Amino acid sequence: MKSPTILTQTISKLLLLIIVSMSAFAPMSQAALIGTPQLMNDSQAQQDRAYLITLLQRDELATQLTQAGVDMSQLQSRIATLTHEEVNTLTEQLDELPAGSGILGTALIVFLVLLATDILGYTEVFPFVKKTLK
Amino acid sequence: MRCTLRNYTKLHETSQNPSSMSDRRLIHHRFCHHFRYFLFYSLLLVLSGCASGLQTQQLRVNPAGFPDQKELSHTPFFPQQQYQCGPAALATVLNHSGVKIDAQSLQSEIYLPSRRGSLQIEILASTRRHNRVPYKIEPTLFALFSEITAGNPVLVLQNLGFNWAPQWHYAVVIGFNIPQRTVILRSGMEARHMTAMDTFELTWARSNYWGLVITAPDNLPATATAERYLRSVVDIENTTLKGRWQRVNTAYRSALTRWPNNFVAQMGVGNSAYALGDLPSASRAFRRAMNAQPEAAVAHNNLAQVLMELGQLNEAEKYARHAVDLGGAHMESYNETLNAIQQAQQYVLRKTEKGLKSNGGIP
Repeated sequence: MKSPTILTQTISKLLLLIIVSMSAFAPMSQAALIGTPQLMNDSQAQQDRAYLITLLQRDELATQLTQAGVDMSQLQSRIATLTHEEVNTLTEQLDELPAGSGILGTALIVFLVLLATDILGYTEVFPFVKKTLK
Repeated sequence: MRCTLRNYTKLHETSQNPSSMSDRRLIHHRFCHHFRYFLFYSLLLVLSGCASGLQTQQLRVNPAGFPDQKELSHTPFFPQQQYQCGPAALATVLNHSGVKIDAQSLQSEIYLPSRRGSLQIEILASTRRHNRVPYKIEPTLFALFSEITAGNPVLVLQNLGFNWAPQWHYAVVIGFNIPQRTVILRSGMEARHMTAMDTFELTWARSNYWGLVITAPDNLPATATAERYLRSVVDIENTTLKGRWQRVNTAYRSALTRWPNNFVAQMGVGNSAYALGDLPSASRAFRRAMNAQPEAAVAHNNLAQVLMELGQLNEAEKYARHAVDLGGAHMESYNETLNAIQQAQQYVLRKTEKGLKSNGGIP
């Protein structure tokens, strides 16, 4: 009666392997594991909603970025590195967020200073400015 | 200013009648008189109002014990091209952290043509793309100088103008001199831009002290707090970036070197190991988390799931049951895990019985 026992063991091991491999690929296992982002104060429902919305919003953002002059070839990688929340923020405020561009050109500074001094009447550079001192 | 000018010209245009000439003069003079006072007082207000609450004042006596001066002179420099202070500043800190890249190549990643500049969010995103963790430092000069002292240059966003006429600018702080009260930056076309400490603070405060230290995932910023650092790492997890699991796994492990008992970091190691298909590592991490916080249902639940997939059904059931007993926010998931394990147990049992019967064995 030894061979059946060995056979049974082999069969059960095989079955176990199948179950294990099945559960590893089934979406069920995804749902049951609690992800790290869920541990950071955010509620599960909120996260699920955010994720669903941003799947759509990633497309919308792509359109917006194209209109903003971003090269088509760069779109995907630029969007892939954004968090779901950042995708939301960008779609809503692309035109309002601070955009760092650098130091003001000297010409512009000179223009503004002269404009101010023109208004105060100390200079007379721009003919369209009415002088204070006459 | 432009607005008042326009009103003023309008005033002129409407008074066409020569008889109202004197009226016109009067209004004109009164306007300019008021305007001058307005300029003077608003300047006074801006200077006095803003300067009074500056953190720079507290550093006068250097209570934190910073060195008198510090300069990270080996930090690379990328002079900015028009509107490209973002790529230049980012290239500076990326290269310092060991990523070989020039400002030109970063343009295609963070420059936004319609805005003629770069957004903070895209700077964070690009940092992630180059396998670095973007860490937002605490909004204080103290944190800034601590990072410099520890050898980390800090990418900052400044508003060189006013709130009503913003001039946003990215630069990299590379040093300070407390007796001289100066801050040293890689900024624009200047490799070594010295600026008065309080002026710098005024411009930096307008971005709510936005400062970034970027580190490789196996390294931590000097001033990192667990909460802030883990937020940066979780943010990487929340992208759809390829290869993110390996990166966050390393980053969570680094977090554990400084905060060995941090629950989120322990869970992070487990979850990322699981995503990478490394079940034995995942189970070890979840066990560690569970031992650190025996009342945390999530740790029990995740451990149960991994044990089930490793085929250790009886032990898996024990932890799943415990998770359900503890309950909490993710109760639905805990029940799911327990059900799945029990189904697997029954399945194995049934098959074993069947196998025994068909072979004439005793059940």
